[in-house]
Amino acid sequence: MLPDGTAVGCDPRRPRVTIGFMPDITRADVVHVADLARLHLTDDELDRMQTQLSRILEAIETLRDVDTSHVGPTASVIQLENVMRDDVVTSPMPRDVTLANAPLRDGPFLRVPTVLEEGR
Amino acid sequence: MTAFPLADRTITETADALRAGTTTSRELTDACLARIERDGERLNTFLALQPDAARAAAEAADAALARGEGAERPLLGIPYALKDIFVTRALGFDGSDLPGGLPTTAGSRILAGYRSPYPSAAQERLEQAGAILLGKTNCDEFAMGSSNENSAYGPVRNPWDEGTVPGGSSGGSSAAVAGGQAYFALGTDTGGSIRQPAALTGTVGLKPTYGRVSRFGMVAFASSLDQAGPLTRSVRDAALVLGAIAGHDPRDSTSVDTPVPDYAASLTGDVGGLRLGVPREYFVAGMEPGVEAAVRTAIDVLRERGAEIIDVSLPSTDRGLATYYIIAPAEASANLARYDGVRYGASAGQDELWANYTRTRGEGFGPEVKRRVMLGTYALSAGYYDAYYVKAQQVRTLIKAEFDEVLATVDAILAPTSPNVAFPIGAKVDDPLAMYLNDACTLPVNIAGLPGISVPCGLSDGKPVGLQVIGRAFDEATILRVADAYERAAGFADLRPPTAHD
Repeated sequence: MLPDGTAVGCDPRRPRVTIGFMPDITRADVVHVADLARLHLTDDELDRMQTQLSRILEAIETLRDVDTSHVGPTASVIQLENVMRDDVVTSPMPRDVTLANAPLRDGPFLRVPTVLEEGR
Repeated sequence: MTAFPLADRTITETADALRAGTTTSRELTDACLARIERDGERLNTFLALQPDAARAAAEAADAALARGEGAERPLLGIPYALKDIFVTRALGFDGSDLPGGLPTTAGSRILAGYRSPYPSAAQERLEQAGAILLGKTNCDEFAMGSSNENSAYGPVRNPWDEGTVPGGSSGGSSAAVAGGQAYFALGTDTGGSIRQPAALTGTVGLKPTYGRVSRFGMVAFASSLDQAGPLTRSVRDAALVLGAIAGHDPRDSTSVDTPVPDYAASLTGDVGGLRLGVPREYFVAGMEPGVEAAVRTAIDVLRERGAEIIDVSLPSTDRGLATYYIIAPAEASANLARYDGVRYGASAGQDELWANYTRTRGEGFGPEVKRRVMLGTYALSAGYYDAYYVKAQQVRTLIKAEFDEVLATVDAILAPTSPNVAFPIGAKVDDPLAMYLNDACTLPVNIAGLPGISVPCGLSDGKPVGLQVIGRAFDEATILRVADAYERAAGFADLRPPTAHD
């Protein structure tokens, strides 16, 4: 039997069990989310993140009891739709400008580590 | 007011002096640079400076003033600072470094030394207005913070008490303006990052309506909430700066094409007949008694000046924090995905792509940015999207509707800016939630996209307190009018920190 508020991972097929308002986030959750965010965290950071995210999520859980059955979501507060620029050709930024801040450059190219590999 | 040293005067005073020929832009620039030289390093206000370019621009402004070109340009020759979240052009068209070009870091290690190929819209507009850019101010990393302690380049000290924070995230901007290092500074405000540091440093801070000022060239934090605005030493100064930076910009698709009024013309000093709402939910347990007393007294001042003070209710106020801490981190996690160690910014130099992504970001981001990226990624991840992100957007609808309803019956809303005065450096760094509470009174305004201004309303325990005035969308004129009338009546316009002496 899971204790109240135990989170059981981020997999949508294993929905989170929330009985009370104590959403504990497991270390496995933290590792999974860090992977999704492409963020390397040290062991210490993972520990701290688990504690802090749990506390923050606990505060956020207060939204659960707000009745929102009658309202839609607001993504933007301003009533602008489909803002289009004119379909005209403009000059792109020169290549040397685009590449000037690249951490690794090879002539007219960006250098990146091997992309196609087994595994990921 | 002219008892103050040159560096501590308002734009309005110095602009008059420039036209009267009793001072020069070069003198103003030198006065700021001298103050920066004296206090800048200790207070850690600036991340980049351009003294030579500033002096040259000041001399050009003096020549323009001598030709009589100052009539319609109130900011001509006025030295200012930009929060280091606004990009400044530092590359030539061939990709080489422009001599003296200022880097843009957003307070982050991951952007150390980043040189922008183009300027921000705000900088362009201020350049057209003839203002003199001194440099880039310190800020919380990617504007995430309420104390400026999240900067990768060290905390900023508050000129009122150097053991305390200047607020954040525009803490370098607030400390610079309070401390006579710039006549005004631009900040950005996603949940209170202009208004809260203004409150904590005894300056005026204005967050315009979402869409009022172009976000082009602002390093993105939370795109549906971010807005640029001024920190100044008077409400009139804020009106002048807003007039210069507001307006439609086709390069920001959320910038709204609506006319920019003459904001200074709205400063009548008269609030007679205005209906001002005081939401009871903004005076809650946990607020410092000295802050509450100062804000209540300020409300009485406006009542005495003829405003009708009306008790109103914004019942979802206490849901603001939770709503904000889903929406802002969710948007941040998407915006910060661009820092991949490939196109620009720092790179960990790993041989394998995955490791290069994760190490670059792990090494380049500070603790608060990591927390928000994690929180946002979690809220957007499969299985949680509806429960967190959509839910927060629905509560956003409620919060906005409540503001709309109240603002249909009153002309503006009065509230505290921050529940507390400046706190000691280090006091809240280990408790993210305690830090987040600093913005409880400001972030609902961002959620609803409304304009808000903080104006000094006295001292508590020797530290400045801010009164917040919140208005209808695109009605900055009314909140400026209320704040200006208060400023004239209350006698706190001359609040200056102990550093205000030559």
